[in-house]
Amino acid sequence: MTESFRIAGRGRLSSRTARFSFDGKPYAGLSGDTLASALLANGVHLVGRSFKYHRPRGILSAGAEEPNALVSVERDAARKTPNVRATVQELYEGLSASSQNRWPSLAFDVGEVNDVVSPMFSAGFYYKTFMWPKAAWKSLYEPVIRSAAGLGVAPDLPDPDHYAARYAHCEVLVLGGGAAGIAAALAAAETGVRVVICDEQAELGGAMRYEAGAAIDGQDGWAWAQASVAKLAAMDNVTILPRTTAFGYYAQNFVGLAERVTEHLADPKGLPRERLWQVRARRVILATGAIERHMVFADNDRPGVMLASAARTYLNHYGVAVGRNVGVYTANDSAYAAALDLKKAGVGIAAIVDLRDNPAGPLVDEARSLGIDIHHGRGVVGVGGKLRVSSMTVQPKGGGAARTIPVDALLVSSGWTPSVHLFSQSRGKVVFDDATKRFLPGNYAQDCVSVGACNGTDSLSATLDQAWAAGAKAAKEAGGSVARGTKPKVESGENFSGGVLGAGPGAGADKTVKAFVDFQNDVTAKDIRLAVREGMRSIEHVKRFTTNGMATDQGKTSNMHGLAIAAETLGKDIPEVGLTTFRAPYTPVTFGTIVNHGRGPLFDPTRRTATHDWAQKHGAVFEDVGQWKRAWYFPKAGEDMHAAVNRECRTVRETAGLFDASTLGKIEVVGPDAAKFMELLYTNPWEKLEPGRCRYGIMLREDGFIYDDGVVGRLAPDRFHVTTTTGGAARVMNHMEDYLQTEFPQLNVWLTSVSEQWAVIAVQGPNSRKIIEPLVEDIDLSDEAMPHMSVREGKICGVPTRLFRMSFTGDRGFEVNVPADYGQAVWEALWAEGQKHGACAYGTEAMHVLRAEKGYIIVGQDTDGTVTPNDAGLDWAIGKKKTDFVGIRGLTRPDLVAPGRKQLVGLKTKDPKTVLEEGAQIVANPRQPIPMTMIGHVTSSYWSENCGRSIALALLAGGRERMGETLFVPMPEGPIEVEICSPVFFDEKGGRLNG
Amino acid sequence: MLLIHCPYCEEERPELEFRNAGEAHIARSASIAEESGEDFEKFFFIRSNPKGVIFERWRHVHGCARFFNAARDTVTDRFITTYRAGAPKPSLPKSASGPAAYANRPPDQLNVKRPRRKPASKGEAK
Repeated sequence: MTESFRIAGRGRLSSRTARFSFDGKPYAGLSGDTLASALLANGVHLVGRSFKYHRPRGILSAGAEEPNALVSVERDAARKTPNVRATVQELYEGLSASSQNRWPSLAFDVGEVNDVVSPMFSAGFYYKTFMWPKAAWKSLYEPVIRSAAGLGVAPDLPDPDHYAARYAHCEVLVLGGGAAGIAAALAAAETGVRVVICDEQAELGGAMRYEAGAAIDGQDGWAWAQASVAKLAAMDNVTILPRTTAFGYYAQNFVGLAERVTEHLADPKGLPRERLWQVRARRVILATGAIERHMVFADNDRPGVMLASAARTYLNHYGVAVGRNVGVYTANDSAYAAALDLKKAGVGIAAIVDLRDNPAGPLVDEARSLGIDIHHGRGVVGVGGKLRVSSMTVQPKGGGAARTIPVDALLVSSGWTPSVHLFSQSRGKVVFDDATKRFLPGNYAQDCVSVGACNGTDSLSATLDQAWAAGAKAAKEAGGSVARGTKPKVESGENFSGGVLGAGPGAGADKTVKAFVDFQNDVTAKDIRLAVREGMRSIEHVKRFTTNGMATDQGKTSNMHGLAIAAETLGKDIPEVGLTTFRAPYTPVTFGTIVNHGRGPLFDPTRRTATHDWAQKHGAVFEDVGQWKRAWYFPKAGEDMHAAVNRECRTVRETAGLFDASTLGKIEVVGPDAAKFMELLYTNPWEKLEPGRCRYGIMLREDGFIYDDGVVGRLAPDRFHVTTTTGGAARVMNHMEDYLQTEFPQLNVWLTSVSEQWAVIAVQGPNSRKIIEPLVEDIDLSDEAMPHMSVREGKICGVPTRLFRMSFTGDRGFEVNVPADYGQAVWEALWAEGQKHGACAYGTEAMHVLRAEKGYIIVGQDTDGTVTPNDAGLDWAIGKKKTDFVGIRGLTRPDLVAPGRKQLVGLKTKDPKTVLEEGAQIVANPRQPIPMTMIGHVTSSYWSENCGRSIALALLAGGRERMGETLFVPMPEGPIEVEICSPVFFDEKGGRLNG
Repeated sequence: MLLIHCPYCEEERPELEFRNAGEAHIARSASIAEESGEDFEKFFFIRSNPKGVIFERWRHVHGCARFFNAARDTVTDRFITTYRAGAPKPSLPKSASGPAAYANRPPDQLNVKRPRRKPASKGEAK
């Protein structure tokens, strides 16, 4: 197919051809085209089907505001991008695009039946229709609706592309590269400060793309823009970012920019697909322009109906005529300029329909002099054609004889909406200007300023004055010198204001026609009136009820119309009805850009212990514990998890086992007041703990609940080696620092996190001493010299060690702390010794079982932030004579001393083979109707090979009073009978600690 | 992302380096064990949660690791000042909590005269 709508000699594109396909059909366009301009050059207007009614849709705009022309662009199976705006996607050789939301074809779509039965689908119909039966929502309604509605289809393969991220700092950040942005950037850059200017288009220039009447510094507007950009590009202090959308304006002039790096290239050559810029600027200049609105009339969504400025852009920039016999429907002057440009390019103008009674001015005069029919005081009340507009029906505003005029494209304009999105995101206050019926920037909340069309400045000359002054001022305030350059001189410019809001003739409250306000979400004027009739009063409610402005275009063309119709229906002024909140992102931003490098292995840091490689070599299965990878169990050939854990548990109790406990938090508390500090942070007494001895410590929060626990060794009068739970390491350190810095600053204490510095190898079991003995130097390991709960410093394998005699299994045990770099070497030496005694390596699962056999709690598993030491049976760990520690007051709160609190108990199932579910509830009477009275829950539950039965720990109301009682754990298969017992299942007397 | 001035490092650094630590100037009693129920409730549970200026604690956790205090406007998120832990509550300039501090009222609430809510009549009240 040839580009029959390309006009020779028009536009600014090169003559280099780029071939592409749309719905499988090959076309040719030019390098520099957008997909939209290339399709239009080939006479293609029909590009998609609408979201709800499946109505045929064409291209409305020539920019980022496009609500209709959404297509899928496919590079390969993993690179299918749905909902790409054809007006933004640049053409590249071989581009393959397809239309969406249609079946079997774009021209014949079965879903179009929705349009015929549309009375069923009025606003709010989802809320009313699919209420009953409730169960059908998940199984029937939602899946059907989801497949029928929606737009493109997401790819089902992982994204193979990479995305880049940059932080940038500058004195002046200019958002928008139209004439205003360029002038502001020039003024600021001349002072020498760092300037960043971004624009969403491929080339800076903004409205100069179509504004044929502009002349600046002796050149036409576009040429001036390009010359100025070249000047900026030559300056070292300026960064120019085309194809870059400022999508979010955050606190303290922190602005998010999304740069599309390779979306326009046939071969991305390994470059990142997009780049996220996070820019912090001293001053921000908002030069975001204005967006033209469509007219609201019956069937205004026919392909071929287009914004006047868009048609002008396609002509003046891309050299494309959007039709051969074009109608215009407007209420302001700017559409006349489009008609004049087209007429001068040889395109037939069927007529201009103007809602105004007496349009006047130079543009109107020029149109008349060129012989264009002007129907003033009239409106378009309907269009002909189905897949493409074929005629417009014109009627006097007050009614009367209608006339049908054949057209093949219809340009519409109801005026311009200043783009205050980013200003509003910056938390600036917009105010309604009643004279021009538009919201404009009012009070500023941040160090920014709006210039040009987004500030309601209509003339080009005033815009450049304003922009230049703003650029110079911003640079000066941010530390620049006085601007040296010369202000651009505007010789001629266009000046557009005026327009109308809301529904036009033939789409009033008495009409049932489909006059679209929001094209992307298929919201009509009628829907908005219905919302008001059904009781919606605030525009926020109207918006949510109708979904007006809630599509991915966020209502760039529709919000003001919707607001005006709601206000009219409510009989209120626009500012009384309010404006919906602008939120980031301004245009959709891909997850790839946001997530950026933070995926796969870089999503979260992985922490590995010193023995990780050894464990891997010995077949360990790992589990994630926070960011740590911990060896879970070490299966031998043919063993499943159950068998491996049983063997590990048995071996530890029969001979010995090695366990990597390096992930425990370790904090060194040092200083003359170290003991005093420990007294305040832990419930236990510490002053009298002798150096060389250890104690199990409990840390509370101020409310009296257990926060953390761990064994603490006193190395010297002024030095404690504190251990914390793995998960609690960071927050315990924070908790300690908080109290030391802010509540007890008089204490002379230093805290140092040494979790990463010490590798910890637990050697547990009856043969543990025999295993370490040959490797330890200068430490007497006899029970007399080094009893249970003591700590010594010395050497093992020739490296320094802090050797703890302690046990988390209930058997004789040691924890060998060595500098982390020696962790694996010492482990291997201990392993070699262990082999002589038949010891095994055991993982976290066996560790859990062994400690549960002894009733040792794990904070965070057997406690949940509402458990006191007394609840956990740990009252003995509270220093009774102490007058202060964190939590001392909380412990005396009435509820914490009330009877009937949940207490830690053991559970034995009646059938010893049944292992309870952790988290299961406990009831007294399983025959009670649901909801039963729940009196406790299972916190830990395992098969204990050493006990030859299942064991469980539970928190049970008044548990210690219920020893020997039979209770029930209700499960889907029926209640499980359990007997309440002591939480210590194994070696109740504790003799094995010295065994 | 906020910029926060650390009064120990004497530098403005990005929010990522800091962690909020709740309301400031709530002192723990030296004889907390004897504190009355009401006083303990005030100390442990009751927080001011103002719309406007809040005095709060921050920790420069990924920097100098020090806790310090800040006065921040909860409406604009603007930091009015930061100061070292233990320093007295600063007196703030009046402008700190003036109308500019409320510049972020959502646009839909602007220019709107709020209808005064009618007190429910006895018949309606339940």
